[in-house]
Amino acid sequence: MDLRFTPEETAFRDEVRLFMKEKLPATIRTKLIEGHRLGKDDLVTWQRILNARGWAVPHWPKEWGGTGWSAVQMYLFRDEMQQAPAPEPLPFGTNMLGPVLIAFGNEAQKKRFLPRIANLDDWWCQGFSEPGAGSDLASLKTSAKRANGHYIVNGQKTWTTLAQFADWIFCLVRTDSAAKKQEGISFLLIDMKSPGITVRPIQTIDGGHEVNEVFFDDVKVPAENLVGEENKGWNYAKFLLGNERTGIARVGASKARIRRLKELAALEQAGGKPLIADERFRAKIAAAEVELKALEMTELRVVAARARSNKPDPASSILKIKGSEIQQLITELLLEVVGPYALPDQTPHNESDRWNEPPVGPEWAGPLAPQYFNYRKTTIYGGSNEIQKNIICKAILGL
Amino acid sequence: MDFALNDEQRLLQHSVERLFADRYPFDARKRYTQEPGGWSREVWRQYAELGLLGLPFAEQHGGIGGGAVETMIVMEQIGRALALEPYLATVVLAGGLLQLGGDKKLQAEILPKIAGGALTVGFAHTERQARYDLAEVVATARRDGAGFVLDGAKSLVLQGDSAKKFIVSARLSGQHNDQVGLGLFVVDAGAAGVTIRGYGTVDGQRAAEIQLSGVRVEAGAAIGEPGNAYPLIERVADQAMAALCAEAVGAMAAMQETTVDYMKTRKQFGLTIGSFQALQHRAAEMVVALEQARSMAMLATMMAATDDARERRQAISAAKVQIGRSGRSIGQAAIQIHGGIGMTMEAKVGHYFKRVTMIDTMFGDADYHLGLIAAGGGLISAA
Ligand SMILES: Cc1cc2nc3c(=O)[nH]c(=O)nc-3n(C[C@H](O)[C@H](O)[C@H](O)COP(=O)(O)OP(=O)(O)OC[C@H]3O[C@@H](n4cnc5c(N)ncnc54)[C@H](O)[C@@H]3O)c2cc1C
Repeated sequence: MDLRFTPEETAFRDEVRLFMKEKLPATIRTKLIEGHRLGKDDLVTWQRILNARGWAVPHWPKEWGGTGWSAVQMYLFRDEMQQAPAPEPLPFGTNMLGPVLIAFGNEAQKKRFLPRIANLDDWWCQGFSEPGAGSDLASLKTSAKRANGHYIVNGQKTWTTLAQFADWIFCLVRTDSAAKKQEGISFLLIDMKSPGITVRPIQTIDGGHEVNEVFFDDVKVPAENLVGEENKGWNYAKFLLGNERTGIARVGASKARIRRLKELAALEQAGGKPLIADERFRAKIAAAEVELKALEMTELRVVAARARSNKPDPASSILKIKGSEIQQLITELLLEVVGPYALPDQTPHNESDRWNEPPVGPEWAGPLAPQYFNYRKTTIYGGSNEIQKNIICKAILGL
Repeated sequence: MDFALNDEQRLLQHSVERLFADRYPFDARKRYTQEPGGWSREVWRQYAELGLLGLPFAEQHGGIGGGAVETMIVMEQIGRALALEPYLATVVLAGGLLQLGGDKKLQAEILPKIAGGALTVGFAHTERQARYDLAEVVATARRDGAGFVLDGAKSLVLQGDSAKKFIVSARLSGQHNDQVGLGLFVVDAGAAGVTIRGYGTVDGQRAAEIQLSGVRVEAGAAIGEPGNAYPLIERVADQAMAALCAEAVGAMAAMQETTVDYMKTRKQFGLTIGSFQALQHRAAEMVVALEQARSMAMLATMMAATDDARERRQAISAAKVQIGRSGRSIGQAAIQIHGGIGMTMEAKVGHYFKRVTMIDTMFGDADYHLGLIAAGGGLISAA
């Protein structure tokens, strides 16, 4: 057992840190620190900066732009990026679709889509969930019928994150309604400009617009946009969801939020002294830091194990559960710092930008209550925490 | 000992329930948020017709002489309906201050107008630097002939942009957080030197920032003895906290019921999600948290009129702690059990969650009141 990184790993960390310091645009960093929503441009800008450095898709094979980093290097890279704090690349292309195409797509699909994902030339969204198929994803109903070299798609997806910006959507569709529910599903790539697609915004409780409903009405999709084999889509989806949970602990991002928490607790006055000077409040922050440290150690253990094997680890459920709970806890503590000034509604209710009126109360107050509301999502999406616990019971405990 | 409502109180409860059942379907509420001031004049008139706006006032002022229990009944239904009207600001806070400290003339001038529905009043007390300290006031009141001149900035004035009058706290003497030296004054919203900036709040209501620059008031505008108003402020804050506890209980009960209804209808894996024991236990915990909160809201109600300030404050703080904690855990569970739907503006459950979250930040959050209880030696005296 040895907790230290090798000199090479430490040098790598320094290199990444320096890159973040030099290349991350200050406006984007400030937005993340202050808790403002990022716009499409911010994500595109940052992705292209990463791509220019060859770091857009480090986890992909080298021939498609990967870096060949070790699991430890991957971890260090992600941790530094989150701590900067820099935006994490839009996951739908880089973490979800990319690896699926690499594993199961044909050469033409790889050539056509992978480079454009790495550079965020194509904005992808994930069309899995439906109104009746959330946790029970395999019960999805959106249908695709094959006719004359096309699929005709009908149905509805929902909770589709950032579909309002999307050029493409990858969907799970039902191609065989007679088969067992997991066995009649296919994985289809659909151009969002296809006639018959309607995107309707869903406003979330924080007032933001990050999710949508996507309707398909006789949408014609070329058969060449099928990934892998027909009716094998469930396997690809399981592979994808396994990848989705890597990095879900978001330890680096939580470190950055705790720094922000301490900064604001030092600014806010309570009873004639800064809130950070209040022993009880400091103890609450410390408790969160202890939890986070434990999570970091657990993640490192998972990383080290992955460096040896390569199989998805049911321990990633532990990372998802604890990671989401800690993120939520930090939003609660930030809400406590802002105190009475959580009340004024000071976020723009539409797209990405800022509130243009003078602040009510401290100028940093506005985003914190909405973020607390918004972060309730972290225990719901990516496989809800209840589902993660079911996985632990089944896969780890054999219950 | 008796925790039951009497016949008259039950009647009151039914009539308020009926009012909100008729007038406050969720889509109507959405419309009301778009009306001037963010609430419904029409529904406010019906509050008046039912006698709710004069509920705590004496008969001679158009009231029915109700107490904290009657206020609790109304506030709980306001919480269930997520009603937007300025009941807390006008009846509980402003009405309460006038009742506690207003002279006969002021009472006779203002209370009947409140009771009749013609006048809403805001309590302009909080200041930017105050956080949760009720004594923290730097706005000044300077004696000027027989009257006073007020200067300063007031913040987070609930429903302040639709109020026609304010009750303003200001300092006649002392340091920024001294309990001694405070006065309370009735100020017209349209008076020279008053500037009002209204804005929406994250729970769908409205509030305002108020600037006072050389605002002149008559001697008769003072509530209580200028310089000695702090005990009034503390008392009305206690009454308001008791009322907010009741409102929160209404919202929590509605969240708990809505969630159980959803569990009985939403299906995944071919079963209602209510058949999953993990969710059943979470729902059971919601019931435990709700009943603990309800008990403490009752305690706050029954103690709100107690003269012993120490005993009263400890009980109110204890209730505020419990309400804050129960509200957080019930709200979070309600969203979680609803899944994605719970995250949307379309579903009512998220609006309850936000309201309950904001109630915690009013007059001190759970953590603040826990500190007060601990500093005061706790609730159980040492052996
Ligand atoms: C902000 C946000 C963004 C999202 N983005 C996307 C996206 O881009 N693309 C996409 O396809 N989807 C997306 N989702 C959808 C997300 O994956 C689903 O919300 C999630 O799978 C839960 O499904 P549901 O909302 O239908 O809830 P349900 O499945 O109906 O669950 C309701 C409740 O029941 C619980 N539950 C369900 N089954 C069980 C069980 N067997 N045992 C115990 N408890 C159970 C759940 O944990 C939850 O608490 C997003 C969701 C959110 C909130």
